Formats: sequence, structure tokens, C-alpha cells
Amino acid sequence: MSEIQYRQAKNGKLLIEILPDKCDFCGCCVGVCPEDAIELKEAEIYIIDPRCTNCAKCIWSCPIEVIKLNKNGVPVK
Amino acid sequence: MKQEYDIVVVGAGPAGSMAARFAAEQGVSVLVLEKDRDVGYPVRCGEAISKEGVAEFITPDEKWITARISKFAMIAPDGTEAVIELPGEGYILERRIFDYELAKSAAAAGAEYITRAYVNGLIIEDDTVKGVKYQFRGADKEVRAKIVIAADGVESRVGRWAGLKTHIDFRDMECCTQATVSGVKLNTDTCYFYFGENVAPSGYFWVFPKGEGIANVGLGVSGAIGKKRSAQSFLNTFMEQHYPNASVLTCIAGGVPCSPTLDKITGKGIMLVGDAARQVNPLSGGGIASGMIGGKLAGITAGEAIKKGNLNHIHEYEKRWHDRLGRRHETFNRIKEGIYNFKDEKFNAIAHSFNKVPYEKRSLGNLFTTALINQPSLLIDVAKVFLVK
Repeated sequence: MSEIQYRQAKNGKLLIEILPDKCDFCGCCVGVCPEDAIELKEAEIYIIDPRCTNCAKCIWSCPIEVIKLNKNGVPVK
Repeated sequence: MKQEYDIVVVGAGPAGSMAARFAAEQGVSVLVLEKDRDVGYPVRCGEAISKEGVAEFITPDEKWITARISKFAMIAPDGTEAVIELPGEGYILERRIFDYELAKSAAAAGAEYITRAYVNGLIIEDDTVKGVKYQFRGADKEVRAKIVIAADGVESRVGRWAGLKTHIDFRDMECCTQATVSGVKLNTDTCYFYFGENVAPSGYFWVFPKGEGIANVGLGVSGAIGKKRSAQSFLNTFMEQHYPNASVLTCIAGGVPCSPTLDKITGKGIMLVGDAARQVNPLSGGGIASGMIGGKLAGITAGEAIKKGNLNHIHEYEKRWHDRLGRRHETFNRIKEGIYNFKDEKFNAIAHSFNKVPYEKRSLGNLFTTALINQPSLLIDVAKVFLVK
């Protein structure tokens, strides 16, 4: 069994997870992100890990609960 | 397409297309880059606008007017309905057609469009924006420009890359979700606004008719509310209570930045328009008309700057915007902050006392006056908006 690898944010483990299957790609999270750490294309969204500070403003601003706080960290897939 | 344009516009919403059109009309070269496959789709909007807001830009056309609005109904938390005849006509648009028509008008003026062009960076030389980097059909590309106009909406990243402070405070973000539903009964000439802790605290819930039996049903709440409860959760509750059997034809999310205009909406080689510049009316959350005005002023100023050969002229746009709408929006924002924390009892009291005003004497102005009767400091602002004009 190999050890679980976690995605790394600017200040430790990445704790923010965007669920792309549920996303409407509306851009609220991008607008409120203080670090410009979210990439949003036509129908593709992801966090730019080294910029994220886990501040959670994207979670609060998502109108449809697509972004979650994962306290254990987000594993590398 | 060329390798270099006088002006590159990022985003083909109403603000971007109007910037493109009013620049192109002056004979300068304009390229518009749109991230999505279609101009006008997906729609992220309640789609309400006043007739005068439209008429400055395009001749009203039945193909994008789904309903004509003559009444405003405020529904208080206790269910009391206060109805007002509006002074002018309003429309509920079909934005996917409306935006497309605006783009057609810009293209007819000479602007070139590319869709599915994802702008992911700027060309910056000597601290000045000189063009954009973008992806198109899997390839990285660049296009140079003397002026870049950022009309990239609520995301407003292009301005950030140019060093402008376009990041939105989450408390100013009205986080919205909307369902377009079929099989509902309502008057097709009335826009309905619901207020209260249980429907949309710090914002409002709207039901806008979109023709017989169809309506845009949605709400916005500040990110400060979203921290505790999402817009989606409020929408679900409302739908269960009011329209449990309606068919949902479309379901969308979106953000409206409700604050005064940014301090700086121009920089070296860059101008911001529409949501990216915070040109939304911060009280109503309406941004189509004001975005088109911002786009027009930016497009005119940018075209003039190119023709004069003086790029410093683009800063004139800031003054033109503030004279036309920016200062008015500051007043709207103070009113918004005044009513932001109204409790349910207050909304109920407003509706009750307003309904004592004879119907023919009711106006939006005296609704606000009633609303703010206990907030004397705000009455001055209200007077500015409705009396002084």
C-alpha cells in the first residue's frame, strides 16, 4: 500500500475541493478569489493549487454548493 | 484575422459588444474574443430591463421581448402585496437572442468576433498592456492591441492581470440561482419581488414573467449569507412552497457584484466595462443597461484615443462614466446599505403603510420614502435619486 498523496496549497495541504460534475461554471468563485487561484474555461474548472490559501471565500460564494471543504485534504488523483 | 488590432475586447456580453460597436463605428479595427461557444449563451441573468435602457442601443424587437412590464409588486414576508404602476415600460428579455443581436450590430459596424477563444493572459511591455494571450482549439495564441477592453464579467481576471484591483469582496457578491419554469400562474405585466429572512436575506427573490405561464424565478444573497445557507437552498424552499408542480426548463447560477464602480477602471492600455468594472446598479442588481452604457462610453473613448494617436485619452472614460452613472450608483449603494439589514417586521410595515396610499398616487419613489421613513439619513439619498434626478 502506497501512502496517500495530497494536493499542496500555498500554505499546506489543499482543503478546498470543486466538484466539477455539479458546477454550472458561473464564475462567482473566480470573482471573489483573492489569489486568482481558480481557472474557469467554458465548461472546465480547477484550482491552481500553489496559489490557494484555503480561505474558503469561494465556498461561501458558490450559489449551488459545488465547492466543499475537505478537512483531511484533497488527495491527488 | 489580423495579428494586431487597434482594440481587443475580452467578452461578448452586452458591455463588450457595445464597446466593440462604438469603437468600430469610428473606423478603428476591433476584435472580440468570447470564451463560450455561443454569444448570449449560457444566460446568467434575470433578464429584466427598462425600455429606455434598451432603446439607446437597439430598436425593441418582439423576437427578444418575452414580456412587457408595467407593474412592480413587492411581497412582504407576511404575504402582503404592494403593487405599483411603473412610470415607464419594462421588458423581460430573451438574453440568448438579445446578446446575439447586439453582437450582430457590432459585427455590422466592422468588429470581428471569435468564440471559444479563452483569454488566459496579457501581453505586457513597459508596464503597458499590449495585447492578450488566448487558447483557441487547443492552440496557444497571441494577438496584439493598442487597447484591451476587459468585459470579462464577474470573474474580472483580465483587470487583475493588468494590476487593477478588480477582486470582489465576497460580501458584495450577490450569489444567484434561477429557474425558468413553465406552468405557473401570474400576471404577465408584473415583476414580483419577495423580501424577507426566509426568502432572500440581504437580497431579494424575483419572479419575472416570461410570457404566458412561464417565469424566471430566482434570488440573490450576499456571500455573507451564503456562508450559512446557499442560494440554491432558498430557491428549493421557494419552489416547494409556491410552484411544486412547475416544470423547470432551465436552471442557472450566477454572480452579481453589487458595489459602487471600482476606483480605477482604466490603466495603461486597458479599460474595464460592465460587471468587470462593477457597473451594475448596486441597489437593483440590474446590469444590462448600465453595462451597455459603460461599453458605449469606453468604445467611444477608445476609438477617439486611437484616432488621436494619444492613448492617454482613454482615462477620459473614467470621468465620462462617473458623470453619466457612476456617481448615481454611489447613491444607490448607500440606499442598498440602508435597507440591507431590514428585518421582516420592517418590510411588513412598509407594505402595510404603502397600501394605504391611494393606488393612483403610488410610485417607486414613495415606496422608498415609506421604506426609509425611519432612516432619516437615507432620505437625502432617496431624494437625490427620485426628486433631483
